[in-house]
Amino acid sequence: MAEKERTSLSRRVVTWIPYAWLVVFFLIPCLIVLKISLSQTALAIPPYEPVFSTFADIRDKVGEFSLDSFALLTQDSLYWLSYLSSLEIAAISTILLLIIGYPIAYGLARANPSIRPYLLMLIILPFWTSFLIRVYAWIGILKPEGLLNQLLISLHLISQPLAITNTNWAVYIGIVYSYLPFMVLPLYATLEKLDVTLLEAASDLGATPLKAFWQVTFPISLPGVAAGALLVFIPAVGEFVIPDLLGGSDTLMIGKTLWHEFFDNRDWPVASAVAIVLLVALVVPIVLFQNAQSRAQGAK
Amino acid sequence: MRRFSTFNLVSVTFGFAFLYLPIVILIIYSFNASRLVTVWAGFSTQWYVALLHDQAILDAAWVTIRVALFSATVATVLGTMAAIVLVRRRRFIGRTLFSGMIYAPIVMPDVITGLSLLLLFVALNFDRGFWTVALAHTSFTMCFVAVVVQSRLLSFDLSLEEAALDLGAPPFRAFFLVTLPVIFPAVAAGWMLAFTLSLDDLVISSFTTGPGATTLPMKIYSQVRLGVTPEINAVCTILVALVTIGVLIASVVGKTGMRATEAA
Repeated sequence: MAEKERTSLSRRVVTWIPYAWLVVFFLIPCLIVLKISLSQTALAIPPYEPVFSTFADIRDKVGEFSLDSFALLTQDSLYWLSYLSSLEIAAISTILLLIIGYPIAYGLARANPSIRPYLLMLIILPFWTSFLIRVYAWIGILKPEGLLNQLLISLHLISQPLAITNTNWAVYIGIVYSYLPFMVLPLYATLEKLDVTLLEAASDLGATPLKAFWQVTFPISLPGVAAGALLVFIPAVGEFVIPDLLGGSDTLMIGKTLWHEFFDNRDWPVASAVAIVLLVALVVPIVLFQNAQSRAQGAK
Repeated sequence: MRRFSTFNLVSVTFGFAFLYLPIVILIIYSFNASRLVTVWAGFSTQWYVALLHDQAILDAAWVTIRVALFSATVATVLGTMAAIVLVRRRRFIGRTLFSGMIYAPIVMPDVITGLSLLLLFVALNFDRGFWTVALAHTSFTMCFVAVVVQSRLLSFDLSLEEAALDLGAPPFRAFFLVTLPVIFPAVAAGWMLAFTLSLDDLVISSFTTGPGATTLPMKIYSQVRLGVTPEINAVCTILVALVTIGVLIASVVGKTGMRATEAA
């Protein structure tokens, strides 16, 4: 009996320590963002007018919640355009990643099994090096007097340097480069399990390799396509470093807008409102997706 | 069939060239004698020497390493606990909230994590500096540790630990003597992941930092905005070299560890 009590005590300790940590450092901060998004902007430090400071206040002041910040989001086209442009840039990057990542994953899955672990490690290795370094590496390559333009000019393919940095194309290249392992790994995981005899059966029945690919391989790999697309699309929408360093001043992305609203304009309520809308737009579907997945696992 | 394997060879080769060429170019140009990053003017190690005398960069590197060591270690403890809860406790009050709080920070954009933690520290009147950055890093990296350890715990045979409990070992002792050695490769991998994520972070550090706590990525970022310089290439080369060595050691240790558990 005493032992059982001790077991449940240790269980409780192990549960409540990380639980309390996550509540303090994740849940409460999110609630504070929500609260500040509902406050008025003020010229002070901290630069917002608190809606309430103690719990006793809450009841009296509920009527004073301000939706000004959210109203601003709907009125000023900057925010709408940032959202739409983030979604567009993330979507185009995801499609480019699929086109580039699929052949790589396919080649890896068909490689000699004895060298596959090493090839996989080579795919993952760049992921461990700093994100900032990988983005920085492209600035030297893409800028007008950079190596890519030097190469193209010396090959007489172009006569004038291409302006790639400070355009959306540089942002696509940066996202594709940084997120490639996230696309390749889930694709590889599904393609590796593909039963080769299915393809042999298709070719015995007279299908060309291309037809066999579209009718057999691709449908089987769809879960990997979905996982990879989700894994790169979601972080790409909130990306800040890549559009800031590689994109131009007209490259609108919501992460960049939030950053400038916060650090340059010091408008905390508007920055918080941007964060809340982005959070709801991204995190809620993901948590639902996770729940559905764990329920599916539980059903098995 | 022959045509297909050529296609595979080409796509894999192209893929690796795309992944590695930019980094190789970055490393080559860190040894460039010219200040102009895109003009090659002979081999030189002068930028590495210059780094050794750049006190601001050295200070930033030291802050970054301290933050990463602290946050990776605490995050590994917290993340392992969270993984145990996720795998072993199927039913308790607020389990959905708990698993949501583990997965949500992983997909949450950095700008939001940074903003929300800063607002927390402001609300608590916490002096911003080393400790706020370290706490912020601990709380976003612990979720990654939890996911890594969770996947290993799922395949752990619970009857081993139950046998230890039946033989009279107290629960903590049973965990440390039986379970931990088996899941250790995953715990170590979680620590490595937390360490590199912390080393790498720019956005969350920028939001939560204060005077005297400039991390290396913040330093690199502020210089990169002014342009590409060979010193930054040299810093990046050193970081790439360190990470490569670390990953190679980890994979060797992981393999020997795996073999040891298989043999046991």
